Amino acid sequence: MSENKGKSFTILQLYPKDMNIYGDWGNTLTLYRRAQWHGYRPKLAEYNPGGTFPEDVAMIVGGGGQDSGQEKIQDDLLKIAPKLTELADQGVPMLMICGLYQLFGKFFKTKEGIVIPGIGLLDIETHGSNQRLIGNIVTESKVFGKIVGYENHSGITYLGPKAAPLATVVKGAGNNGQDQTEGVVYKHVIGSYLHGSLLPKNPAIADWLIEKAAQRVIGEFTPTVIDDSFANEAREIAINRQR
Amino acid sequence: MRQRSVITFGKIIRWLAQKRGGSGSALPGLFVEKIDASFIPRTLSQLPQGVAIISGTNGKTTTTKMVVELLEGQGLKVFTNRTGSNFTRGVAAALLGEVDNNGKLNADIAILELDEAHAVHFVKTVTPHYSLLLNVMRDQLDRFGEIDTTAKLLKQIADSTTKKIVINREDPRLLKLAASLPSEKVSFFGLDSQLRQTFPTDDDMRSSNVKIPANYPTAIATLEKFEGKHASFSVNNRHLSTDLKLEGIYNVYNAAAALGLVVSIVPTYDPQKLTSTLADITPAFGRGETIQFNNQTVELVLVKNPAGFRLALKSFPPEEYSTMIAINDNYADGRDMSWLWDVDFESLKPHGVSMISGKRAYDMATRLQYDLVPIGSVDTNITTALRALLDQPDSSLKRIYCTYTAMLAIRRELSKVTDVKAVI
Repeated sequence: MSENKGKSFTILQLYPKDMNIYGDWGNTLTLYRRAQWHGYRPKLAEYNPGGTFPEDVAMIVGGGGQDSGQEKIQDDLLKIAPKLTELADQGVPMLMICGLYQLFGKFFKTKEGIVIPGIGLLDIETHGSNQRLIGNIVTESKVFGKIVGYENHSGITYLGPKAAPLATVVKGAGNNGQDQTEGVVYKHVIGSYLHGSLLPKNPAIADWLIEKAAQRVIGEFTPTVIDDSFANEAREIAINRQR
Repeated sequence: MRQRSVITFGKIIRWLAQKRGGSGSALPGLFVEKIDASFIPRTLSQLPQGVAIISGTNGKTTTTKMVVELLEGQGLKVFTNRTGSNFTRGVAAALLGEVDNNGKLNADIAILELDEAHAVHFVKTVTPHYSLLLNVMRDQLDRFGEIDTTAKLLKQIADSTTKKIVINREDPRLLKLAASLPSEKVSFFGLDSQLRQTFPTDDDMRSSNVKIPANYPTAIATLEKFEGKHASFSVNNRHLSTDLKLEGIYNVYNAAAALGLVVSIVPTYDPQKLTSTLADITPAFGRGETIQFNNQTVELVLVKNPAGFRLALKSFPPEEYSTMIAINDNYADGRDMSWLWDVDFESLKPHGVSMISGKRAYDMATRLQYDLVPIGSVDTNITTALRALLDQPDSSLKRIYCTYTAMLAIRRELSKVTDVKAVI
């Protein structure tokens, strides 16, 4: 292990109290363990509404929430928006799933026409719908290969000109069920609708986030080989499950 | 005449379905439901003490079984949907088994376990006298969307209840719901403050301290203590203490819920009899049920959602057991595997897991890998996995945590080699 690997490596969970509805812990745990397995000494930190935003953050993870959870965090999120944007511009990797993916965009317009402002870090907009896009999903990305997961959302997300999709839908609905896109990548920020949880069954994405964090915080990334045979089997099975 | 023939045909279909080896609940129930929609309300309206509905995410089957046995202990004749088939057609099928050819049901009261979503439709045609609301936890969100939606479903059940709604005061969503109901119609069951930390709600899961809400009501039935096999409760301010045949603190907590409903239905209950009946209650099928085979004890623990799995792990210490986990992803199991990541498996670390099976065995294996739990084997085929587990010489005690359809498959396998109580 190189000396540098002992440097502080903080994984910040964004709003884990209100926005962790659906296996979002799986993403945090996967980053934490894989960072350990790659030889780093990760630390977990939380940020909840009204808290102090920690300095010295290596990466940020956020998840989905109940409608009630989203109401609780929405004002606070706008307050820390400049900080998040600054960190994203510095290349801090972030993973935002479902609810926080939507709120990292420009706005969420509910079915009733109420506009909930997002932080605009991602060039996307989301519209509430009557339909629930639900089921197993498989997408294909140039960087990560096949991505597998489970989607469950009624928000329909459209990408603006500055947003690049994370992947192309092979099976399932994705961002909106129309243009075959799923998720967004902007700098080192990934937004996605995929649960499952996303990272344990898609370790390539986890390692990419760790790599980007390590390069920024430590200056280099030297991975170790991790035995992903269980995850690989789980991926194969997931790819072949019915929607 | 029409009514009679519906009942006769329904009974014949039920008999045929059972002969085919099924539990005989879905098909005949569907038949009656389609042909004669008024069959259920008409039949249940005869009951002098009416209908009680038990709903919530976790513990319905176990609690219903306890309520039925406790009421029978008090001398009531009880009709129930015993199969754990908690959809409307399960009720129809159970009724078919009990009514005579004239549609007469010989019972004082119906105690019905109903899935939240089905209960909402059910109460539109059958007005419950009593309801018991156990909890709102993260269950198959792919079905209901959100837990706040589930809470709304339970609210509709509560609103349609005429006499008494018995509510879990430790559940923040139910406590909120209770505040919107006429207070004279609401009673609570709960836990002693000492035990409260043992049952974190989904909301408390990732926060370190469990807060007591400001409007915390008194309960008519509380679980005060549970050690080994011995449990003590407080029921209407009277101490009730006994050894139990139930295992696992979660089942015992359900007993407090059952006691709350039973004393609401029978205010003039016999306390001695209540205690002695409670002492004799055995777990419902697949809920800590044990099956004997070749000097081996196989214990089945149904796990359906993160809170249930967490409580099951807390309830059953892994020492001395070979542990198997079987995870399917059919509709009845929950199709999204995310829920496995909301369960903490560290308690299995010292002893490991001998076998992982089910369609999503490798999802489970991946989950355990990240909690650093040692894994014996992984085999997606439940038949061969079960055989391998039973062939393992290291312990005669086997415990299988399984999702719903995995449990049905395991019971079916076990019934080929040993006596498994039929699910009727």
